[in-house]
Amino acid sequence: MFEYAPAPESRSVVDIASSYGLFIDGSFSSSKEGGTFKTVNPATAEVLAEVAAAGHEDVDRAVAAARHAFGSWSALPGSERAKYLFRIARIIQERSRELAVLESLDNGKPIKESRDVDLPLVAAHFFYYAGWADKLAYAGFGPDPRPLGVAGQVIPWNFPLLMLAWKIAPALATGNTVVLKPAETTPLSALFFADVCRQAELPPGVVNIVTGAGDTGAYLVQHPDVDKVAFTGSTEVGREIARSVAGTGKRLTLELGGKAANIVFDDAPIDQAVDGIVNGIFFNQGHVCCAGSRLLVQESIAEELLFSLKRRMSTLRVGDPLDKNTDVGAINSAAQLARITELSEIGASEGAERWSPACELPDRGFWFAPTIFTGVTQAHRIAREEIFGPVLSVLTFRTPAEAVEKANNTPYGLSAGIWTEKGSRILAISSKLRAGVIWANTFNKFDPTSPFGGYKESGYGREGGRHGLEAYLA
Amino acid sequence: MTATASIGLSDLRSFLHGLPGVDKVGVEARAAALGTRSVKTSSKAKAIDLAIRMVDLTTLEGADTPGKVRALCAKGRRPDPADPSCPPVAAICVYPAMAPVAAAALAGSGVHLASVATAFPSGQAPLDVKLADTRSAVAAGADEIDMVISRGAFLAGDYGRVFEEIVAVKEACGSAHLKVILETGELATYDNVRRASWLAMLAGADFIKTSTGKVSVNATLPITLVMLEAVRDFRDRHGRQIGVKPAGGIKNTKDAIKYLVLINETVGDDWLSPDWFRFGASSLLNDLLMQRTKLTTGHYAGPDYFTLD
Repeated sequence: MFEYAPAPESRSVVDIASSYGLFIDGSFSSSKEGGTFKTVNPATAEVLAEVAAAGHEDVDRAVAAARHAFGSWSALPGSERAKYLFRIARIIQERSRELAVLESLDNGKPIKESRDVDLPLVAAHFFYYAGWADKLAYAGFGPDPRPLGVAGQVIPWNFPLLMLAWKIAPALATGNTVVLKPAETTPLSALFFADVCRQAELPPGVVNIVTGAGDTGAYLVQHPDVDKVAFTGSTEVGREIARSVAGTGKRLTLELGGKAANIVFDDAPIDQAVDGIVNGIFFNQGHVCCAGSRLLVQESIAEELLFSLKRRMSTLRVGDPLDKNTDVGAINSAAQLARITELSEIGASEGAERWSPACELPDRGFWFAPTIFTGVTQAHRIAREEIFGPVLSVLTFRTPAEAVEKANNTPYGLSAGIWTEKGSRILAISSKLRAGVIWANTFNKFDPTSPFGGYKESGYGREGGRHGLEAYLA
Repeated sequence: MTATASIGLSDLRSFLHGLPGVDKVGVEARAAALGTRSVKTSSKAKAIDLAIRMVDLTTLEGADTPGKVRALCAKGRRPDPADPSCPPVAAICVYPAMAPVAAAALAGSGVHLASVATAFPSGQAPLDVKLADTRSAVAAGADEIDMVISRGAFLAGDYGRVFEEIVAVKEACGSAHLKVILETGELATYDNVRRASWLAMLAGADFIKTSTGKVSVNATLPITLVMLEAVRDFRDRHGRQIGVKPAGGIKNTKDAIKYLVLINETVGDDWLSPDWFRFGASSLLNDLLMQRTKLTTGHYAGPDYFTLD
């Protein structure tokens, strides 16, 4: 009776070149080894552009450029570095429509998320760290904290531009120079950012972008002239990086996987809790390391809550990421889709009950319907392993102590959520949860002033806030 | 009255306070997110016609005259004289004193006659006065009664009194439909909005309505969202469907469409009908007509192309 008209954002607002080089020392150049790879639009599987694959020689060049630029960049007064960061932040705001469309095209996330969440946060991070650049002596790390040198940074595909901002903004504010490797499947917004750096007249070599696959990243983090390594991605790769960096004296921060517990008590605001559960696991197709992928619901309201949750999930609109009405977009890659599919099948074969709302998925591209598993126990693999997709595992508990016990019974500890109307319970439970970020009566809220990072296998070090400066200061 | 029996008057307080709370930040975020849904072209045309059919075209001024009410009725029957395909509104809403005039003007049109009885807008009158007000409006031909609850009694925690007043007015309505105005702007919290909604439904309301339009905060999207959640949950529990009417301050098509989106994604198709959803508005209709003409002709016409009141 009442349908929405398709409202696609125009992809013509952004120019995508047919091929891209590496951004080293302020200009684009092709890979010395001549290798390239293709990046595709996950919503259609169409090739968007061909991108240079950086070989060892290219990474050497980029690190050398960053080392060379470090001398003059770190010698600038903080207030001068701040001017560049403010300029970058303003250019990002001015060009945010282009960037949002580009991000949705390359990543598959809904335009309303890239436009209303990612881009404002990206600009906010640059503004925030620009403000710190001339106040480092007051950050609590001694009267004269110094930059470390060259930062080698490797970022994931789920929030390509936001993760870039989390890495580059504090590094530059503190006087470091950067070689950044974006993920293989989502390099385009980082390459666009290279152009933003040029537009801001950032001195050559301060920011270098090397595109490529895992071995490019591995070579970068092992490079002897890199002083600081920052990585966001899977626990498996993080472990390898920790091993390769061990004993070298390099500073390291790791922001890895998660299997967050979203705990709903029987006195929770039910309708908002349902929204929070949906936001916790289906935001960005569940491609969120701090996603609330384990729902722990108090047994007395489990039936009522699941009924509401299923009804709410039936209203989710899955489809064209560029359509403003879309709630859930495409899975980022065929490989990720295969992993989500595999783990979901394991969930069903382990005896958990699988449910998805009726929804038509597009024929082309990589898609997975929002899914929940009920009757899950701690022993199920879907309750232990990070799925990194729109799949929620539902467990129940009877007492607050049991909720805490189950929430903490995981190798991870990145985030958690608590839903209750009782303030004292929020404080009591959150002090017992071993997780870096705990949201109360909300989920997946980010802010540049708030530190973010994990416990246990979710990594170490903090990004964001005043704490985020520490990783880049000696 | 089966609902009354199942709850029991003495348990009313603990029942209402046992309802799930409403998180202010969450409900406002959800309403804002739904406000960004894009409704254009053919879906916009459908939405506009639906919204016109849901309008309770209202005049509630001390200066109302029979002439003005007759003009309003004519407009409600045929909102766009230039376009016979334009549907009529749902109802004309007037003070009880104007009900006989409106009843005569609407005879045979299918447009309902709503009347605000029960000492509108303050509700500050003895119960027998409210009942007499209601009976006279019904006798004059009103088939829908918009009553206000006693906010003072509600805020004082005297739920039993509010409940019994609604029961009594419902009885005085006879076969007329009862819309219970919660005056949500005076209830201060979303928790109170949810409790008042349940209280009214349990007492026999056919519709729950946000506001009189006479206070500073009238209908808002988050308040309407909370009320929609209440009617949805009430039907799940008691099997009886209740209508919702936001009133006051809804002035343009864009806002009206946001309400339709809210219904669509909260309670679904079942409420997308003038039987179950109304807009209490006086100036909304002309903007709907203007947007409707824009869609059919491709051009905006000036305000003078649409009739006053």
